[in-house]
Amino acid sequence: MVTLRINGEKHTIDVAPDMPLLWAIRDIIGLTGTKYGCGKGLCGSCKVLLDNSPVQSCVIPVSAAIGKNILTIEGSSENLQLLQESWVELNVPQCGFCQPGQLIAATALLNKNENPTDKEIEEAMIGNICRCGTYQRIKKAIQKTVELKNQHS
Amino acid sequence: MSTIKNISRRTFVRSIGLASGGLILACNTSVFSDKEIKKNLVDFNPNLFVQLNSDGSLVLIASRSEMGNGVRTSLTSVIADEMEADWNKVIVKQATGDAKYGDQNTDGSRSIRYLYETMRKMGAMAKAMLIAAAAKKWQVSESECTAENHFIIHSSGKKLGFGDLVEIAKTLEVPTDITLKSPKDFKYIGKNLRSIDAEDYVKGKAVFGLDKRLPNMKFVAIARCPVTFGTVKSFEKYEALKIAGVEAVIEIPRVEKPFGALGGIAVIASNTWAAFKGKEALEIEWNFGDNKSYNSKAYMDEITANVHKQGKVAKDVGTINKAFKNAHKIVESTYQLPHLSHAPMEVPNAVAWVQGDSCEVWAPTQAPQTTRKEVIDYLKTSEEKVTINVTFLGGGFGRKSKPDYVVEAVMISKELNVPVQVVWTREDDIKHDYYHTVSAQYLKASLDKNGNVTGWLHRFALPSIVSTFSPGVDYAAGFEIASASNVPFDIKNMKIEVGKAPAMVRIGWLRSVINIPHGFSENVFADELAYAANLDPLEFRLNLIGKDRIEDTQNEIKYDTARLKKVLKIAAKNAEWGKQLPENHAYGLAVHYSFYSYVASVVEVSVINKKVKVHNVFTVIDCGTVVNKDTVKAQMEGSAIFGMSLAFYGKITAKDGAIEQSNYDNYKMIRIHEIPKVHVEIVESSEKPTGVGEPGVPVIAPAIVNAIFKATGKRYHNLPLSDYGLV
Repeated sequence: MVTLRINGEKHTIDVAPDMPLLWAIRDIIGLTGTKYGCGKGLCGSCKVLLDNSPVQSCVIPVSAAIGKNILTIEGSSENLQLLQESWVELNVPQCGFCQPGQLIAATALLNKNENPTDKEIEEAMIGNICRCGTYQRIKKAIQKTVELKNQHS
Repeated sequence: MSTIKNISRRTFVRSIGLASGGLILACNTSVFSDKEIKKNLVDFNPNLFVQLNSDGSLVLIASRSEMGNGVRTSLTSVIADEMEADWNKVIVKQATGDAKYGDQNTDGSRSIRYLYETMRKMGAMAKAMLIAAAAKKWQVSESECTAENHFIIHSSGKKLGFGDLVEIAKTLEVPTDITLKSPKDFKYIGKNLRSIDAEDYVKGKAVFGLDKRLPNMKFVAIARCPVTFGTVKSFEKYEALKIAGVEAVIEIPRVEKPFGALGGIAVIASNTWAAFKGKEALEIEWNFGDNKSYNSKAYMDEITANVHKQGKVAKDVGTINKAFKNAHKIVESTYQLPHLSHAPMEVPNAVAWVQGDSCEVWAPTQAPQTTRKEVIDYLKTSEEKVTINVTFLGGGFGRKSKPDYVVEAVMISKELNVPVQVVWTREDDIKHDYYHTVSAQYLKASLDKNGNVTGWLHRFALPSIVSTFSPGVDYAAGFEIASASNVPFDIKNMKIEVGKAPAMVRIGWLRSVINIPHGFSENVFADELAYAANLDPLEFRLNLIGKDRIEDTQNEIKYDTARLKKVLKIAAKNAEWGKQLPENHAYGLAVHYSFYSYVASVVEVSVINKKVKVHNVFTVIDCGTVVNKDTVKAQMEGSAIFGMSLAFYGKITAKDGAIEQSNYDNYKMIRIHEIPKVHVEIVESSEKPTGVGEPGVPVIAPAIVNAIFKATGKRYHNLPLSDYGLV
């Protein structure tokens, strides 16, 4: 049995320690907002925050997440919420499938960098593929969130 | 104002009171022709699009699949607009696969084109009935009542909410004459409407096929033969069964139908990961079959040879030989494009639960009725016993029009008597797709001394989509020829020939389909001709399209050359074509007509140290009447990226029949650091609405190649550009 702390809630599950975190989250715990896209850490659809760092949960074993705070798209954090609002405002998603991973990657960026440059946004988001090609709006939504935060601070 | 008259109420619409107390309007969406009406008279089955509840909530049905096309928002906003409904009170419900909704195939960029008028009528009818209900209640004339933002308002100023009128409205006759709004009064149509599902998407709440869960559901991974249509010779399941969570391993046969299962060894487990691991642990010996001889390099040589000799003549207008003989200059080029894979972010997957002779499916499908038919055929059951629930699609691009993955789930659920979810790995997806065709094209043209094109020969060889439906077909079909033979250029002597190209894998349609190879070769070749004629590509192209005219061809492909020239001129103007660009930067252009829409793009690239970067894309689309501007804009933005992905990286190859690519590391996509700024302009038009999802794609790759030529003087004829080390 292992215990995972996801979005502030504890889940004790009976899985092999080498099961990738993604499948524990999706199939065992039942939070399906985190997506399977490639299984090799290539596309970013499965991103979650592990103690505030973005990880590709399809290649991280459950054992590496024990004792850490896991944030998924269903969770709440200030930056995630602000980004979600900008995402909606700019109508970013097309099919929407990759967007949870995109939002988690953007949250990780803003958590450690309040004023990212264009290049820093690209570097933070380079691991996330969007086959619909919503990148331009993703970039704008991140920039908009930063602007809004700066106005209020 | 447009008015619809003389529509028989019985065939078109009727109202049904429901026990729930709601007003439901039923209609027949297939009312596109008299023939259809007659057919439906015999077997009338009401179709539901509008349900108004007494609390004012309005449930509107989306009959097409949502895969990023914005269709759940656009179709229902048309109903809401005509109904004068409050968009904030709208709840969109996804239709199951059922013929009563009319054609539900979400492909061919035709949802709005087919359903725009019908959806308007559905809204207008509901509005008329609510007005009649209010008039009845107030004992006033209907002409004194108007509808506005979910209320019916009397000229005296008194008003009633839509929900308050449900009880009366549901007792009323359905009007036979329906008046549609004047476009100037549109509230939602032609404006920018945000996706009705945006909140769910960003919160991870939208349920895609992969997210469907049922009690006691098992997860399944399937090992399929690396070579298309190969079969299992023998297999050993012992190691797979040792894996924790793996519960069963069974063989499933191939279902020999266009959308049938490929067959293979299925691993059934308590979670997806165990199923994937179990699949890897299988030891399987395959009978590879005839397609083992498929090697992409040799195949490309073969089809290229076939376009360098005379092919089957598909079109022969004027006297091409004479034009070539009298030419001032002859230009010829050969173009080679590889297979492409759809690679939607959500892999093919389906949940099926077979119970006796009944079956319920939850799947991300572009074709719910086709899916239903496949399930009925497989189970040899009847229509009413099969329900196809359409989930959100994590991308489709044509892949999810082919329900082979649903058939797999049905086979396994039937065998094991449990609900199952079949999940393809990304590797399964890339290696067992219905691939976009591979092609070789040869173009030859003659120029006179003024730079006019006097003769145009286009020969191409590509495995046809028809081969998937009729094995053995090895020449392009009519619809694949049409986009070449209807090239919108004003050329007197023209010949189109097709060469032999047998299919060695499953061939399917991928976003913009045949327009990818033809849009590429026609636009790059036209650019080559411009330079051969020493003319500016823009001026040359406008001249090549020629005088204003409407071309009406045999293949229902009509085009208005004035509209085509217009999008090109606007794109050039927006880009400031001809202006001085920074060193090593250059513009290239392309223009293409597809899915009844007109699109032009001017692309700015730089080539520095032999590496290409795309900086700006100026796209202009004329798609007739626009329902949702923001969706059109988003589709053009996405199309630019989709077009760049295929131009830069798209290449699927086979070695000894097996596909060599497997995942996003060797089948690459454009990522965020590579994107240009995409500037979109939509031509204002009151023409009928035409395609949006696909026509933005074909122009991108040729515009990039043309820009590279301008920047470097080097002409690239083949894709992807990564093969030349340019990206």
